[in-house]
Amino acid sequence: MTVRDVQKILDAKVLVGHEMLDKDVRTACGSDMMSDVLAFSKDHSILLTGLCNPQVIRTAEMLDIVCVIFVRGKHPDDIIQDMARERDLIVLETPHRMFSACGLLYMAGLHGGAMS
Amino acid sequence: MSEEIVLTYPISPDDFTRAGEASSDVKQKLKQMGVSPDAVRKVAIAMYEGEINMVIHARGGVITVKIAENAITMILNDQGPGIPDVALAMQAGYSTAPEEIRNLGFGAGMGLPNMKKYSDTMEIQTTLGVGTTITMSVNL
Repeated sequence: MTVRDVQKILDAKVLVGHEMLDKDVRTACGSDMMSDVLAFSKDHSILLTGLCNPQVIRTAEMLDIVCVIFVRGKHPDDIIQDMARERDLIVLETPHRMFSACGLLYMAGLHGGAMS
Repeated sequence: MSEEIVLTYPISPDDFTRAGEASSDVKQKLKQMGVSPDAVRKVAIAMYEGEINMVIHARGGVITVKIAENAITMILNDQGPGIPDVALAMQAGYSTAPEEIRNLGFGAGMGLPNMKKYSDTMEIQTTLGVGTTITMSVNL
């Protein structure tokens, strides 16, 4: 699916990267612990998180993540949004909680990476 | 690449929000040099975890990155407290990071295991009260 599909499924607001919504996404990862995210590494991934600080963007950068989604209506400040813009990263904000957001995407056919 | 390229980064202990800047810079430079995406990703993740560890546990330090024809070597040197039990620190899930670090999304006890996972070789030299040097390499 594309980031645009993800945005619709999650009733999400686009904060950064309006012009990149047609990018393809194949797997997803949901966590507030960035080291757990770093242990998982797949191409064309999205990251769902309730953590709202610059290290989220850096973690996404290291993993070549396509899109970061802040759950529970967490709103990243301008510094975080600017960092994402500089790295061509899409940023969405959804009112859904983590469990629901992950469930909605899973039902729509987006799965996590294989266990390794 | 016929000659070895050496990059040196002082890691500031003061500002957690800036932790990762060195890894970000190395990642961009390797991409520009045309290093394979797989190797770039491995170096970026291994170094980023190490850089975060230096900020959390060791009041910063110095990272030296050597880029040669066959491998990229990262040497992370700090004058922190040292690691009392390396085998324990290598266990996934074991962490001594304080609560405020967990609130920032780290301290899950995955730092050293991730560094080992994403590097081809890793060596830890540590002396209590003196410091730690971790040498990691990623083959090209």
